[in-house]
Amino acid sequence: MSTDGIDTSRRRFLLASTSVVGAVGVVGIAIPFIQSMNPSARAQAAGAPVEVDVSKLAPGERVTVEWRGKPIWVVRRTEQNMEDLPTLNDKLADPQSQMPQQPEYAQNEFRARETNPEIAVLIGICTHLGCSPTYRPELGAKDLGGKEWKGGFFCPCHGSKFDLAGRVYSGVPAPTNLVIPPFKFLSDSVVLVGEDGGAA
Amino acid sequence: MTKTQAFMNWIDARFPMSKMWKEHLSEYYAPKNFNFWYFFGSLALLVLVIQIVTGIFLTMHYKPDAGLAFASVEYIMRDVNWGWLIRYMHSTGASAFFIVVYLHMYRGLMYGSYKNPRELIWIFGVLIYLALMAEAFFGYLLPWGQMSYWGAQVIVNLFSAVPFVGEELSVWIRGDYVIGDATLNRFFAFHVIALPLVLIALVVAHILALHEVGSNNPDGVEIKKNKDANGKPVDGIPFHPYYTVKDIAGVVVFLIFFFAVAFFAPEMGGYFIEHANFVPADPLKTPEHIAPVWYFTPFYAMLRAIPPMFGSQFPGVVVMGAAIVVMFFLPWLDRSPVKSVRYRGPLFKSALAILVISFVVLGYLGVQPSTPVKTLLAQIFTALYFAFFLLMPWYTKIDKTKPVPERVTDK
Repeated sequence: MSTDGIDTSRRRFLLASTSVVGAVGVVGIAIPFIQSMNPSARAQAAGAPVEVDVSKLAPGERVTVEWRGKPIWVVRRTEQNMEDLPTLNDKLADPQSQMPQQPEYAQNEFRARETNPEIAVLIGICTHLGCSPTYRPELGAKDLGGKEWKGGFFCPCHGSKFDLAGRVYSGVPAPTNLVIPPFKFLSDSVVLVGEDGGAA
Repeated sequence: MTKTQAFMNWIDARFPMSKMWKEHLSEYYAPKNFNFWYFFGSLALLVLVIQIVTGIFLTMHYKPDAGLAFASVEYIMRDVNWGWLIRYMHSTGASAFFIVVYLHMYRGLMYGSYKNPRELIWIFGVLIYLALMAEAFFGYLLPWGQMSYWGAQVIVNLFSAVPFVGEELSVWIRGDYVIGDATLNRFFAFHVIALPLVLIALVVAHILALHEVGSNNPDGVEIKKNKDANGKPVDGIPFHPYYTVKDIAGVVVFLIFFFAVAFFAPEMGGYFIEHANFVPADPLKTPEHIAPVWYFTPFYAMLRAIPPMFGSQFPGVVVMGAAIVVMFFLPWLDRSPVKSVRYRGPLFKSALAILVISFVVLGYLGVQPSTPVKTLLAQIFTALYFAFFLLMPWYTKIDKTKPVPERVTDK
C-alpha cells in the first residue's frame, strides 16, 4: 500500500463514477414518478370511441356528445349552408384546411367524409385557448356581422369566429381551424367518433 | 444562576437557540430609517401563516374529487362550524398575499434593494413570487367552479402551444385528455404539499440572505460602512424590540383591512372570488367571459396582446413567461451608481412611473373582454413594461444622480 500521499487520479475516478452511477439512479427513479402523472389505464379506457345516432338530426341541427371529456359537435348542414360554405373562402384564415387540424379524409371544402358531406364532426374547443364556442347557425346574425354571417360558431371568450365547417375567420385570436376528431360512418345513421379504422 | 438561565444553557449546549435569537432578532441591526414601505415584508410572512393555518383547517373538510369538490366547499360554507370564516380568510388571504407582495416588490424597485450586494435576496424573492403564482393557480381549481375549470383549461392549454411536445406535455400535466378528476387530485397535492414546502424553503432562503448582507433602507446607504467602537452600525437599531413593535402596529392595521374584506366583501365584487365560480364546473359549457383572478391579469393581457404567429399561440406564451423571467436580471440591468430613488435622476423616476402605470393598465385590460382598441393598448403597455427592463442599462447609465449622504437621513 502506498504511503506517500494521495492518489488524486484514483479519487477523481471514484468521485466521477459514483456521480455518474448516482445520476443514472436518479434518472431511473424519476421515470416512474413522471410516468405516474400520465393518463392512467382507466383514463385511457374512458377515451374509447362513442357512437352518435344522426338519423334524427334535422338539417341545421347540432348534437353535442362527449368523447374523452371533450365536447364533440355533430352538425347536419342545410343545403343553403352547403352552398354558402365555398363562398366564404376569402374571409377565412385557412380555407383549404392546409394546417393538420383534421384527418386526411376531411381535408376537403366541407371538411367532411365524402359519403356524407352534410355531416360535420368537430371538437367543440376553440383553438385559441380552449373555450367552447357557441353554435350560431342563424343566417345574418346582427351581432356577428349581419348579412355577411352565414352561420357558424362564435367563441365568447375572445371573439373568435368559425364557419359551419369549423374553419376559422381571419383576423380573430384563434390561429387555426377547429380540430376534427377521427370518425367514420358505421351506417348512414350512425357515426363512430374516436376511431376511423386507421384509414383514410 | 437562575433556573431559567440553567435551562437555557442546557438548550444552548444542544441547539443554537440563543444564538439564533440574537442573530435574527435581538442583535440583527436594521437601519433606523425604515418607513411605511417596510411593513410589507413582515405582512407577507403574516399572510403566509394565515394561509397555512386556514388551509390546514380547510383540508379537514374539503374533498379533492371532481364529483364532490364543489359540494364540499358549499358544505364548508354552510354546515361546518365557522367554515365560512375559515374559507373567506383563505380566499381573502390569496388576494392579500399578492397585494402585499406587489407592494413589497415595488419597495425593492424604489429603493434599489435588488442591487449589489442583495442580488440573491431579489432572486429568491422572484422565485417566491413564481411559487406563489403557481400556488394560487393550483388552489383556484380546487373549488371546482366554472371559473376554476375554464381558467385551468386556458392556462394548461398554454403548455400545449409549446412546439413539438406541447400536446403530450399538456396531457401529462392534466393526467387526462381534459381537465378532470385526475387534474383536480394532483392540483390538490401540489397546492397543499409540494408548493407550500417550496414556498417555506424559499422564504427561509430569502430571510437568511437578507440577514447575511443586512437590510437596505430608503436612502440606499450601507449602514455597515459606519460602525461604532463595538462594531455595531451607528445607524442600526436591533430588530427586536424596535421593529417587532413597529411591525405589530402594521399587523393591527393590516388585520383591520383584512377582516373588513373577509367579513363584508369577501367576493370583492367578483375580483377576489369570481361570480362564475358559484356555478359547478361544466366541461361542455364555457362561461360567457373568462378572466383570471386580478393578480394574474397583467400577464394575461400580455398573452392576449401577442397575435398568433405561424399558426401557433407560442409567441404569446413566450412573452408572458419573459415578463417574469426578465425580473431575474434586474440586478444586472441597473447600471446606476445609486440605489435609492431619492438620489436618482428624472429618467429612472419616469421609467418607474411608466412601469407602475403599465402594470396597472395591463391589469385592467386583462379583466376586460378584448376589443381591437384594447388589444392595441395592451400591445403598447406590454412594450412599455419590457422597455422598463430592457432599456434600463441605457437610461440608468446616463441618468443624473444626486450625491448620496454618508449616513441615513431622518426624512
